[in-house]
Amino acid sequence: MTPEGFFLAQLIEDFRARSTVALARAISIIEDETDGFQDLLRTLLVRPPLAKRIGVTGPPGAGKSSLVAGIATICLAQGERTGVVAVDPSSPNSGGALLGDRIRMNDLSTEPGIFIRSMASRGSFGGLATATKDVLGLMDAFGFDRLMLETVGVGQTEMEVVSATDTVVVVLVPESGDTIQAMKAGLMEIGDIFVINKADRSGAVRLQKEMTEALNLRDTSMFLNNSFRSDTYHEGVSEEVTVLQQADWDIPVLLTDALSEEGISELLSAIEAHHNWLEESGGLASRRRDRARAHIGEVVNRELRRTTWASVETSLRLEMGLNDIEAGKGTTYSVAQDILGELLR
Amino acid sequence: MPHQEPKVRVLVAKPGLDGHDRGAKVIAAAFRDAGFEVIYTGLRQTPEMIVNVAVQEDVRVVAMSSLSGAHMTLFPRVRQLLDDAGADKVLVTGGGIIPEADMRSLESQGIGRLFGPGTPTTVAIEYVRKWLVQQETA
Repeated sequence: MTPEGFFLAQLIEDFRARSTVALARAISIIEDETDGFQDLLRTLLVRPPLAKRIGVTGPPGAGKSSLVAGIATICLAQGERTGVVAVDPSSPNSGGALLGDRIRMNDLSTEPGIFIRSMASRGSFGGLATATKDVLGLMDAFGFDRLMLETVGVGQTEMEVVSATDTVVVVLVPESGDTIQAMKAGLMEIGDIFVINKADRSGAVRLQKEMTEALNLRDTSMFLNNSFRSDTYHEGVSEEVTVLQQADWDIPVLLTDALSEEGISELLSAIEAHHNWLEESGGLASRRRDRARAHIGEVVNRELRRTTWASVETSLRLEMGLNDIEAGKGTTYSVAQDILGELLR
Repeated sequence: MPHQEPKVRVLVAKPGLDGHDRGAKVIAAAFRDAGFEVIYTGLRQTPEMIVNVAVQEDVRVVAMSSLSGAHMTLFPRVRQLLDDAGADKVLVTGGGIIPEADMRSLESQGIGRLFGPGTPTTVAIEYVRKWLVQQETA
């Protein structure tokens, strides 16, 4: 066995013995795409997902970390083991990152039932979404009852990231005011539960009303679309009934104040209600299936990319091709085809 | 498309009860700008909190700032708890108001270099970089 192989075998053994050091190390291996990380995942992610996954997203400073800490605290009191992944951006210039979400979770840092991991977005090729899903999968396999993923809710990548969860909580503040902005930002489309945090500030109740109205508009149109689609494309009654039930989740807009812990238990109740609804409607199974489908696609793409660019043959053909282009004997497309031809041989 | 370089993760922590974290924030920002992933936990951390975070975040380096004079108790305690947790390869370094004699004593207890007031941040960054290279070749 190679030293690396020996190291991984030991790591897997420790992981299965529920060593948090091993879990933390395994997460780094995945983040860094260290040699052998695929084997590690293949070995450890053998069971179906069991943990309830909650995504928490929203603009910076909305109070996501404090809410996550509040929820985790209640879960802990109920005897649930909770894993938290908090994603913060990397600097595109230095590649460095300042990960400060834990500041709001300090009270939890010595609780044995809670594991918190900060992740920098590292931002390349949408790799964050794939890595995040792998990390959540790993934490699921480690045996947490509940997983919470926290990320700033702007941009495509973050939307992709929260799609790795069962229940998406969108956190806003009264100052998020202009509801039209929220509708434009795309956040409105991914939330299963909306929260207006810092609700002691003025404007909270008004925003809650506006949001509820906006969501009602959206709900009705989705409902119509779905039943229309089921009439057109699917045969039989049962299909239609499922679709109707799925559209039946009444998206709540809740008021919270994370600092005074007001509204947190109501938020957790809503999360639980959503989870129950997902299970009963069959939505959970289909979400997990969709998730697996998307993840398989991402992994295949990543491996193709890695294989292509890691090969010496590719670099050789690339350099030769560049000379050809310079000499007027080739184009970017002819070189690309040459490289792909070698790969798909 | 180049292979992703492993990122160096550093925990910047303020152990004990002193309430000034300007130094810690300056060093955290400097590490970030040097390309490290910095986990910052804020003020008033116990050694137990620091070590739990270091383990969960799988950091290579714990950098502590102490201005209250409690370094002779807190720093070795962090070292001890890290070793107990199986994180014996983690570098413990730091700075603050620490007399030279204490620095030497702490270095003999498995703590890395410590930096006094006025040290340019580049010196600390260079030190960590050199330590990392030594680890690779050791």
